[in-house]
Parts: sequence; structure tokens; C-alpha cells
Amino acid sequence: MRTVYLDHAATTPVHPKVLEAMLPYFSGTFGNPSNLHDIGREAKNAVEEARAKTAALVGATPGEIYFTSSGAESNNFALKGLAQANSQKGKHIIVSQIEHFSILHPAKTLEKSGFTVTYLPTDKEGLVNPDDVAKAITKDTILVSIMHANNEIGTIEPIEAISKITREKGILFHTDAVATTGWIPVNVGTLGVDALSFSGHQFYGPKGAAALFVRKGVRIKPQIEGGIQEDGRRAGTENVPALVGLGKAAELAAAEVGNRMKYTSQLRDKLQKGLQDRIEDMVINGHPVSRLPHNLNVSFWYVEGESMLLFLNMEGISVSSGSACTSRSLKSSHVLTCIGTDAAVANGTLLMTLGMGNSAEDIDYVIEKLPPIVQRLREMSPLYEDMMKKKKAAAR
Amino acid sequence: MEQYSSKVMDHFAHPHNVGEIENADGVGTVGNPVCGDVMRLYIKVDNNVITDAKFKTFGCGAAIATSSMVTDLVKGKSIDEALKISNAAVAEALGGLPKVKMHCSVLAEEALKSALDDYYKKKGVASPVKMPAESGHEHDME
Repeated sequence: MRTVYLDHAATTPVHPKVLEAMLPYFSGTFGNPSNLHDIGREAKNAVEEARAKTAALVGATPGEIYFTSSGAESNNFALKGLAQANSQKGKHIIVSQIEHFSILHPAKTLEKSGFTVTYLPTDKEGLVNPDDVAKAITKDTILVSIMHANNEIGTIEPIEAISKITREKGILFHTDAVATTGWIPVNVGTLGVDALSFSGHQFYGPKGAAALFVRKGVRIKPQIEGGIQEDGRRAGTENVPALVGLGKAAELAAAEVGNRMKYTSQLRDKLQKGLQDRIEDMVINGHPVSRLPHNLNVSFWYVEGESMLLFLNMEGISVSSGSACTSRSLKSSHVLTCIGTDAAVANGTLLMTLGMGNSAEDIDYVIEKLPPIVQRLREMSPLYEDMMKKKKAAAR
Repeated sequence: MEQYSSKVMDHFAHPHNVGEIENADGVGTVGNPVCGDVMRLYIKVDNNVITDAKFKTFGCGAAIATSSMVTDLVKGKSIDEALKISNAAVAEALGGLPKVKMHCSVLAEEALKSALDDYYKKKGVASPVKMPAESGHEHDME
């Protein structure tokens, strides 16, 4: 059976060149970078080389890159660390309602320790309006955090327009670029941000290696204390092989990003059109143009997401679902809720994220397999039955 | 999330008794599309015995599997026996359900009770059916 992996937003496979770069650092060059002996120095050199490559990917200097263990850690570090280190200037923070929970939950935690947070809505395509950011700013505002692109619906936010406002007002601006880095150009200078999170396993690097860019001169409070690593900002012995892998993945991404955009967007468009031609009552979520090239988020009326996911899995196709039933809370995605997706159809959502390993034949296969699954589930659905009866009654 | 048992996957992939019953003696629809599951159960009753049961379900793998199982369990049973079918019995017959999916078995019990309630109403007889109070939905967690 063909296997088609369409869940690259969940994670990507480690690129063979990345794996090759990592292998010497498990038991060969195994040293602790903090040690002064040669074995330690070799490891230190490898980490610093990885830092330079990682910095280059986002247009930063190596000294502005702090390695972390995950995108979630980078986001926690940014939000809490920047807020706490700058709280003498004010205690108000602005975020969007569609941020990842690794921003929203730290924001809630900060609220409990005396900060106030404004949660900005988006329009129905998931865009934050820069004017809303400007209007939300008060004398007390110290930090804005708006994601570069949303991880579910793929909408790319107007970061440059927002950073113009924050820079004018002298307010720190962090962006969560976990969904974008490696897939579209990410440059801290062009974006005009003071801090930026990204994660290696999102772009063919290993899990457990991520980074936070913090602009030179910006104060940030460590969240993991007790060591001199990462310039004293993040304690803990470095995950040397993973960081080497992150560096290699960053190097590959920098060279390939244009090609990745072209390749995946063309396959994504083919998939979108193929499904639109074959399936009725389907909604494409996110912005039609300002969207990640490899992202397709679709809601199907009258069917539930997890059932589609399970049937696709039986055909060798891996996707994600945004259905309430998959979450512990039985609530549909906060992102779809924010963009105003009807809660009933939100539960029939599939997130398909493409990658460089997908072929045109893979997409043809999905276009062949998904429509009958949707139809089969609709024939089993009381909601579809009701709709069809209404249709018939109206036709009479 | 915990994985589904092979029995759940089997009932999900090949559900029994899918469809509608024309002129059913009882029909029950429970659940809410907002929460992700809606179940509709049809029953045919002859001489106090449920001779046929069919279902339509909008929902996850567990919702479809519990619907399939409850229709299997109820067929051939007397109404009194059917009233005793609990959500736990449905879950057990499926080899267990992940904790977060137990509400699907509650929904299956509710759908059955709602169909039986409808049966009494159609007959013009006072219904002895007690609906389960707690559907196990937690709305305030993330």
C-alpha cells in the first residue's frame, strides 16, 4: 500500500544529510561543551558552528540565538522571560487569540502574577489587523506576541506592519515562527522583530532542538536556571547531536526554501482543486493568498474529523484532524472558533500539511481515496440525512 | 490519546446495522454537532421484543463503534432487557474505550433510551424510561 504523509506541521522526518551530520556526536565526539579539555572543546565547537548556521537561517548573529528543547520552550521563554525582565516599564501584553497554546497558557500564567493581557481577534481568514494592535497599545504595554503564521490554518500574519507600530512605540515584539521557518523566508531584520521562536523538527531537523532569537541588547529573564550554558540564559547540558542536526537542517533550509515553497504550493493547489472538484459542501479555512505554501485546512459538512482521519489512515494516508472528539475538552479548535467557523463544521476538519517527500502521484492517490470516505461517512450521518430531507422537501 | 481496541476498530471500519428503518416504532436522536457527535437510533418492536435496530451517527471512531455495538446488543432483546443496557456494558462489549471516549458509550445508552422513550410515546403509554443524567462532557478544559 502507498503511504502518504500529510502531517508535516506535526513533525518532519530527519533529512538524511542531517542524520549523517549528527551521528559522530553521540559516542565519538561525545564531550560536554562546558569542559575545557579537548573532548569538551570539540563539542563546544560543534555547538557554536550549529549556532552560526541556525542564526544565518533567520538573518541573526550567532550571539542572538539561544538554543532550547522545543518550540513550546522557546515560546514560554520569550513570553515569560521578556515580560518578567521588562516589567519595570509596564505590565501589559498583547497577543492574538489564535496563538499556539505555548503562548496562550504562559499569557494566562502571567495574568495570575499581575500582568494584563489583551487577546486580539482576527478576521474570518485569520488575519490580525495591525490597526487593532495599535489601538490596543497603552502606556503600560511592554510586549506584543503575534505568530508569523498560524500552525493550523496557515494564515501568514502582517508581521512587518505590526513591527512598524511596535518599534515606533518602543515596545518589544516577539513572533512565533515555528510554523514558517524552513518553509518561507524568515528574516528577523525584514520582519523587524525583537524575538522569534523556531524549531528544528518542523523543517527536517531532529526533535528536541529549537531556538529563540533575542535581539542584541534586549533583556530576557532565564526560565531554566543553574548553569552557564547559553550565555547564562538557559541552563542545562547541551543536546549536542540534536543541535548539530538543527544547524544542518537550518543550512539546508536556507538553501532550499525557495524550492520548497514552489514545490509544495503547487502540490497543495493540486490537492485543493482535486478535492473541490469532487466534494460538495467543503470549506477551505485560512487566507486564500497569505497562507503557508504547504498548508491545506479543510472542513467538510456533516462528517466528523477523527472518522475521516481513521479511514485515511487505513489507506496509508496520515493527516491531522481539528475535531473536538480528538481533544480532551470536546471543544473544537480555538483557531477555527476565532475565525468564526460554525462549530458543527469545525468538527469535520482535516489539516493536511505537505512536504518535500510527497509526489504528484501521492496527491492523486489522496484525491482518489478521500472523496469516497467523505461520502461513506455522510451516508452514515444523521446530519446529512436531515439536510437531504430538507433539500427534497424544498424541491417539492 | 489511548489507542482504540481492535474490536472498536473493527466495528468502526465495518459497522453493523447502519441505516434507517422506514416507519420505525421508535426513533431517538441525541448529542450535539458542536460537541462532535450526534447519534440517531431506529428500533422496530414486535410483541415487546426489539426485532430490528439501525443507526446513523455523526461522530468519531468510538461514536460509530458504540452505535454499532448498541444496535447489536439490543436486537432480539425484550424492552425490559433493553432498558437495562448500560453504557458500561456497551464499552465492555467493545473491549473497553479510551477514557476520553467513554462519553460515546453514554451517548449510545442515551440514544437507545431516547428511542425506547419515543416508542412509548408513539404507543400513547406513559414512558418508564429514565434518561442518564450525566453525559460525561467536560466543556471547560483545554
